[in-house]
Amino acid sequence: MVMMMLKGNEATAYAAKVAKVQVIPAYPITPSTLFPEKVSELISNGEMKAEFIPVESEHSALSAAIGAAATGARTMTATASQGLALMHEVLFIASGMRLPIVMAIGNRALSAPVNIWAEQQDTIAQRDSGWLQFYAENNQEALDLSLIAFRVAEDKRVLLPAMMGMDAFVLTHTMEPVDVPDESLVEKYLGPPEQKYPTLNPSQPSTFGAFVFPEHYMEFRYSQFVAMEHSKKVIDEAFEEFKNIFGREYRKVSGFMNEDADILLISMGSMTGTAREAIRKLREKGEKVGLIKLSVFRPFPKEELVEITKNARIVAVVDRNISIGFAGAIFTELVASYNNIEKKPKILNFILGLGGRDIRVEDYIEIYNRAKEAENRGVKEIQWINVDEDAVYEVEGPL
Amino acid sequence: MNYENQEFFAPGHRACAGCAAPIIVKWVLKIAGPNTIIVNATGCLEVFSTPYPHSSWRLPWIHVAFENASAVASGIDAALKAQGKREGTNIIIFGGDGGTSDIGLQSLSGMAERGHDILYVMYDNEAYMNTGIQRSSSTPFGAWTTTSQVGPYNIIGKNEFKKPIAEIMAAHKIPYVATVNPAFLPDMKMKIEKALKIKGPKFIHAISSCTTGWRHDPSKTVEIMRLATETGIFPLWEIENGDFLKMKLTYVPKQRKPVEEYFKPQGRFRHLFQNPEKIKEIQKMVDEWWAKFENKN
Amino acid sequence: MKITRGVVITEPGSTALEETGSWRTFKPVIKYEKCIRCMICWNYCPEPAIEKQPGENYPVANPKLVKMEIPVINYRYCKGCGICVNECPTKAIDFVREEK
Repeated sequence: MVMMMLKGNEATAYAAKVAKVQVIPAYPITPSTLFPEKVSELISNGEMKAEFIPVESEHSALSAAIGAAATGARTMTATASQGLALMHEVLFIASGMRLPIVMAIGNRALSAPVNIWAEQQDTIAQRDSGWLQFYAENNQEALDLSLIAFRVAEDKRVLLPAMMGMDAFVLTHTMEPVDVPDESLVEKYLGPPEQKYPTLNPSQPSTFGAFVFPEHYMEFRYSQFVAMEHSKKVIDEAFEEFKNIFGREYRKVSGFMNEDADILLISMGSMTGTAREAIRKLREKGEKVGLIKLSVFRPFPKEELVEITKNARIVAVVDRNISIGFAGAIFTELVASYNNIEKKPKILNFILGLGGRDIRVEDYIEIYNRAKEAENRGVKEIQWINVDEDAVYEVEGPL
Repeated sequence: MNYENQEFFAPGHRACAGCAAPIIVKWVLKIAGPNTIIVNATGCLEVFSTPYPHSSWRLPWIHVAFENASAVASGIDAALKAQGKREGTNIIIFGGDGGTSDIGLQSLSGMAERGHDILYVMYDNEAYMNTGIQRSSSTPFGAWTTTSQVGPYNIIGKNEFKKPIAEIMAAHKIPYVATVNPAFLPDMKMKIEKALKIKGPKFIHAISSCTTGWRHDPSKTVEIMRLATETGIFPLWEIENGDFLKMKLTYVPKQRKPVEEYFKPQGRFRHLFQNPEKIKEIQKMVDEWWAKFENKN
Repeated sequence: MKITRGVVITEPGSTALEETGSWRTFKPVIKYEKCIRCMICWNYCPEPAIEKQPGENYPVANPKLVKMEIPVINYRYCKGCGICVNECPTKAIDFVREEK
């Protein structure tokens, strides 16, 4: 174990190193460029043994990752925003081929307008691609969750790829002390990097990526669905084992000052720290408010979320993403999670922090105040926080 | 070892009767032998050879998507290196003209530039045949396709020239680029064998008749491909290390046949015979190409 | 039928279990007495549906060739494209309408 001052991207590069990742195809994109840079540096220094492929696009990065993983190598890459969007087609192929690739994402807004700052729209837009999705609150989590992602992805009950999101700049470019675990302990946790599923091997020729007719296609999609369901248990086991070996504890859903809370805020990613600060302040004033943090978005931990929110009067879901035409993604899925459950809290959605707009303690206090209003009267279900609505109405007409 | 008598590509596949692609594939595999991994871009070949749960491939084979076969192969190359298993294994890509000259050009260029030890074989049937005969950048001037249709406002069909993909690859200064024609089998075999012995990226451009899209009798597949070279339209050559000045013509017809002979049996060129000046134009282009090289060789 | 994980097909060459002979409208028939055993048909069969077999017991165009292998058409796979008929240098392959 070594304590190092690392940026989020570097923490994930060190995750690749200690996980003995064998192949790393990557293409630079803000804010994840530091990942291939660090990997290149570690390999050139002789600190890390891996094949780095400086590909000519993100599409090729994930395609090369598929080739490598199908050959049985532990494989990792990193990207963000437009890069992830360019991979869209290949994401589905990686999961359909059941290849346990891990990808670190610097969560960044999508164009247009072009913007390089934090937002979770890029990964949220890929939620249907059959990848597991983890989200880090800080750089230690970015490293740890990358290792956990490998453990779950490579589990033979799962065999699905996994992405690990960390917010642009707030994490990717911010130095924090990170405990980098020993390779031997990581090997104990993950096993050796050589994969055991059928691979491209001349002594045992197999065909990968065949053409499938309607008589079989649905079974393959159902098998992905089943594997993702199985991953819920596997993730819990992976968290438990991680705690036993490395001493740090993770949960898909964790609460903060939530036990007796009337109003619960839900948060995911780096903004959770700010939310926690706001909760502390509100608690000091005697407000019965708590916070729920989401570390896993796929599989969506609906059982845990319902269990932890069911006694609240109001749940305020904070989304750093927006599905234009409906609402934020966590909101949508939480509401759906309560389907067929009679007793449910009032659920509200707050959209904030898009395109790197600052998320301040005051914003959470504002969210809390608006949520509290809903106890007595009807309020808008979906509200945008810290946005100049008038500026928009002048152009688009009033809503 | 010689694997000529071994079939690494099994029958029972669903290629149209008379398709040239399996002829190219079976010979590449016979020369490469069992220690080979195949990557296939999306296209007819991929579809007709892997109707799940069956596969024609007796070698490890992977298809991922249309535009990324070269990237997938790059990943395989890296993985084998990382595992210490790289020595002695061939990595061969098959891509059609769409998957190579059009949508796959970027990843192919990237693979070539990075210097991966991979043989790329393009089977060029000169249109998007898998989706039903749409023009590609590799469709020749004057050919009818379903997206270069002939009518009173377009008497030529495809108005643009064929993208010179093999020359583009040679310009990458990769160690070996060649054009091949299954109708000239010894030449094709020699070039595949030579390519596989060279380390680094290699590119082979194979003409591959499509009876459905070229609109000819299936039995004429090899005959028509032979005419492509005998008329000088599809010359056979090789370029090493991007040295265009040392380009080697590996077959020089004693007397080039008129281009009409190649066009006549193919329905896709039928309309040209109503505009003989267009045929003359094409003949002139072919003659000019040969004039450049005949002086030197 | 059990599916395979990740759509992997672990039986190489299994299209051989299928049969494409029913596609034929014309059928190539080798007249061995005219066959010079050059194997050009074998070279060019796209299926491949032409197999090499020992030729001692077949009629032979030239007694010098008797030790050479002969091409035998496997009608389970032959789609009747006629490339072999067209390419045969001695016109030793007839192309006859398939009787159903």
